[in-house]
Amino acid sequence: MPLLDIKNLSVEFTTRAGTFRAVDGIDLTVDEGEVVGIVGESGSGKSVTSLAVMGLLGSNGRVVADRMTFAGNDLLTMPAAQRRKITGKDVAMVFQEPMTSLNPCFTVGFQIMETLRVHEGLSGKALRNRAIALLEQVGIPAPESRLSAFPHQLSGGMSQRVMIAIAIACNPRLLVADEPTTALDVTIQKQILDLLVQLQRERGMALILITHDMGVVAETAQRVVVMYAGQVAETRPVGALFERPRHPYTGALLDALPERALGKRRLPTIPGMVPGIADRPAGCLFSPRCRFADARCRAERPALFDVDDGRARCFYPLPDGHLAAGEAL
Amino acid sequence: MSTQTEPQNGPHIFEAAAERTVVLEARDLRKHYAVKRGAFKPLATVKALDGVSFRLQAGKTLAVVGESGCGKSTLARSVTMIEPPTSGELHYDGRDVVGRSAAEMKELRRTVQMVFQNPYGSLNPRKTVGSILTEPLVINTAMDKHERRDRAVVMMGKVGLRPDQVDRYPHMFSGGQRQRIAIARALMLNPRVVVADEPVSALDVSIQAQVLNLMMDLQEELNLAYLFISHDLSVVRHIADSLMVMYLGKPVEHGAKDVVFTRPRHPYTRILLAATPRVNPDLRMDRVVPKGELPSPLNPPPGCAFHKRCPFATDRCAAEVPPLRTVDERLVACHYAEEMN
Repeated sequence: MPLLDIKNLSVEFTTRAGTFRAVDGIDLTVDEGEVVGIVGESGSGKSVTSLAVMGLLGSNGRVVADRMTFAGNDLLTMPAAQRRKITGKDVAMVFQEPMTSLNPCFTVGFQIMETLRVHEGLSGKALRNRAIALLEQVGIPAPESRLSAFPHQLSGGMSQRVMIAIAIACNPRLLVADEPTTALDVTIQKQILDLLVQLQRERGMALILITHDMGVVAETAQRVVVMYAGQVAETRPVGALFERPRHPYTGALLDALPERALGKRRLPTIPGMVPGIADRPAGCLFSPRCRFADARCRAERPALFDVDDGRARCFYPLPDGHLAAGEAL
Repeated sequence: MSTQTEPQNGPHIFEAAAERTVVLEARDLRKHYAVKRGAFKPLATVKALDGVSFRLQAGKTLAVVGESGCGKSTLARSVTMIEPPTSGELHYDGRDVVGRSAAEMKELRRTVQMVFQNPYGSLNPRKTVGSILTEPLVINTAMDKHERRDRAVVMMGKVGLRPDQVDRYPHMFSGGQRQRIAIARALMLNPRVVVADEPVSALDVSIQAQVLNLMMDLQEELNLAYLFISHDLSVVRHIADSLMVMYLGKPVEHGAKDVVFTRPRHPYTRILLAATPRVNPDLRMDRVVPKGELPSPLNPPPGCAFHKRCPFATDRCAAEVPPLRTVDERLVACHYAEEMN
């Protein structure tokens, strides 16, 4: 049984312009100790998915799903008080902006100990020692003296380490990291990703890594979910996805990377934009931007079909992963 | 293709084969800031820019890379004459910038324009695209209203915006379109040099590709020189002709793109390259893991500024500042550059 099992999850927001479906029927499973990467452009629904898993959506967000279980517990019907016991303990999250996700009014030590006090009931010397041990584990030098530091005294990389220390404080079984390195420099990004992977291996923790950076997913995840306009476009093992993408969107996204265009002057682009609240097409959501789309794609919504080692939401999955027609661009 | 020349006067300058005219030359540019550390403590000096020299040719792109705090943005502010450098020389088309009158400075500033990182913050939300684009003309030219508007409409077409969008406000555009507006605004005065400070780092991959293509098309059409500031080495590798890697206000490696990317000689360049996440497993480099973080610029370490994070550092690195010198077709500031292979 998977650790996290989500079937047909939708999240709708009520806005003045009408109801907007940010997440549209996604399935997501994460096994114990697995690293799953979720990639997509802005507006693809990746962050909303993670917030729905955490139960952190605002009151205007409506979550509907056929199934949403964590370690066998139904997250949909669970009373709020019980859910709060899981959130932050068994499922923890690391957010994107380390400089703004820590509370500026409290010390680092207080913010780490708060989690331990609430979930583990620790106090006094034991509490303090655990906090120091955690800071040490995430690679913060001189951890005793850092307990009394305020967030503004820390660099971005150090703040993110503190965020990770808070997240792993109660030995979570699943860690959700939403763009954990986007705000950081490349060398610090490398350090933070190495730290996340090391902690994940040591603790056998499952990790959901949400990012827009294809390189980060390729180097870190075991299985990748590509999201487009609130739907899963493709889900495959990491090596196969980057070697032979089957969904035209994945293929086009990879081709747009400067890394893959060595020697070419022009980068292949994807025409148009992600559909918004008003212009969602009737057929496949990617059909207006897809160069292989035909009448069927424009009329009918494709389901997630099985392709060799994963699934792709396309009537005509790319046979060998290359955009043959793309060379003409 | 590239050759080095010995310095005629002053510091080393990396010079590519002279195919085109040099539009911008910086010699030993320095910018020091005095900062307060406390009420009764003496002022401290931050050397944000500490001896940067380069030549930029028309139609070419020089990329400046490095982590936050390395002096990239200070360099951009000095080059665009937003702030005068503490010392050093800046030449546009051979004309020295230092010591000019206000009127001459205004004239010179037209030759260099800037595109900023965040297109959500760099456009005035209360102005239409038309008035954003015509404002430089109002200030700097004697054109009348109709001429200005015509110029704006033509420029919109050039950067791939529909001319009928001229009366729209920035919030009605997507991130990629806004960056097109910012690029159009920078080009309104026909500059020779465009300084682009992380122009695509706030954009999604597919939009990033569109904006990079646009920048390269415009460069070809208008013979623009770009000073392209970025932390993303895969973008830099795509767009740049030459590359300057900076660390704590100083260039540590400076040379032609292919030379630096295929045979990096400075440990910091190697670390940056190894830290860049790659999609293709074959391109991933051996893991030279960087130690620690950027030291405080208030209190830089003695000797080589990088030695505390460098996996190859020796006692010599802690004592002696490595000079910028020519090794294997590029300039590099490392005592052991010959052995880095």
